[in-house]
Amino acid sequence: MTSPSELPISGNSDVVLIRQQVRTVAVEVGLSLVDQTKIVTAASELARNALVYAGGGRVRIEIVHNNVRAGLRLTVSDDGPGIPDIDQALVDGWTTGNGLGLGLSGSRRLVDEFDLRSVPGEGTLITVTKWAR
Amino acid sequence: MTVPVDAGRRRIEELLEQHEGQVLRRWFEIAGAMSGGHVDRGGAAVPFGEIYQALRRSLGDSHDGSDLRGLLADLSRSRARQGFTPSETANVVFGLKEAVYEIAEADGSPEALRGFVWFSRIVDDHGLFTFETYAAARERIISDQAEQLLELSTPVVKLWEGIVAVPLIGTLDSARTQVVMEKLLQMLVETGSEHAVIDITGVPAVDTQVAQHLLKTVVAARLMGAECVISGIRPQIAHTIVTLGIEFGDIVTKASLADALAHALRQSGVEFVKGRGRRVTVRTEEN
Repeated sequence: MTSPSELPISGNSDVVLIRQQVRTVAVEVGLSLVDQTKIVTAASELARNALVYAGGGRVRIEIVHNNVRAGLRLTVSDDGPGIPDIDQALVDGWTTGNGLGLGLSGSRRLVDEFDLRSVPGEGTLITVTKWAR
Repeated sequence: MTVPVDAGRRRIEELLEQHEGQVLRRWFEIAGAMSGGHVDRGGAAVPFGEIYQALRRSLGDSHDGSDLRGLLADLSRSRARQGFTPSETANVVFGLKEAVYEIAEADGSPEALRGFVWFSRIVDDHGLFTFETYAAARERIISDQAEQLLELSTPVVKLWEGIVAVPLIGTLDSARTQVVMEKLLQMLVETGSEHAVIDITGVPAVDTQVAQHLLKTVVAARLMGAECVISGIRPQIAHTIVTLGIEFGDIVTKASLADALAHALRQSGVEFVKGRGRRVTVRTEEN
């Protein structure tokens, strides 16, 4: 896959599809087995967040390059209610749903770069990148 | 209904009666050619004769189309099960149009041709009906299979007296976890087991949802007085779980199913003693 692909998130089966797709691209980028599993898990968390809290969204999977390394970038976006307090949302164990409260904060630790933008009432955009070592 | 259409309709009905043998023969040939010569593939014989009679009854004054619909629905369902494509299935019905057109053309009268247009519309309706029934049958098959897969993918096996195991494979969603949990708890009761091993070797990724499902299953088993061991935690999964920050608390986890079995056996007081030669003796400690 050379061009970025964009997948919809509208149900649990989409989360499974996204995991499979991310796994395929992660292998292509040359991520180690541990890093593959980490980015796949992060994709699963972020996609499920979009599904549970925003009722759905989109994920863009692309291969990126900096000067020395290749990497995998995921952009998860939704048009949901947004996150009113981002710092609070990134605290371990904090949840407004009934999960463990580790999805967002844990995903941040699973990846190398993490960028979260959210406007209450408009939606949330999360970009994460994992670089091959 | 206007007079010319009525006349055309009567003419077609007459032709259908007079040339029954010829139409049936041609229909069989045409349907065979349309579905790539597979009309009788896999014993899926089409009851051309019966359908033809039912069609004629439905055209008649009684307008009783229920027999015909029943026959067509049976045909679509059996073809869907046998893996025919929707086009192959609908083409069986559409083949009749061509066969009837041949006799209408041979007749040559304007009534017959006008009647054919009317007849053609009716056959189209029946073809679409076949198509719809086919799609419904396929959907039914898919949902049945999904259900079967759910059942298949969650065996609970007895490893030892008092020890049961659930080898989990694939994605753990809420529905599957529910089935796994129910089966495991049921099996604990049935076998009177006090130890359960949940093996996640076949689970590709453990995210917070999967972890939460696992934790709940373990707690439920504990409430019933059984201890759970989670096994099959591969290095990459261990890494991910730690990074995510999931805590398994005092739940025993093992790298392999063998380790988990050894642990459960130790807990239940079974000891393996290496005997001389190739014999393995098993001794249970008295409490």
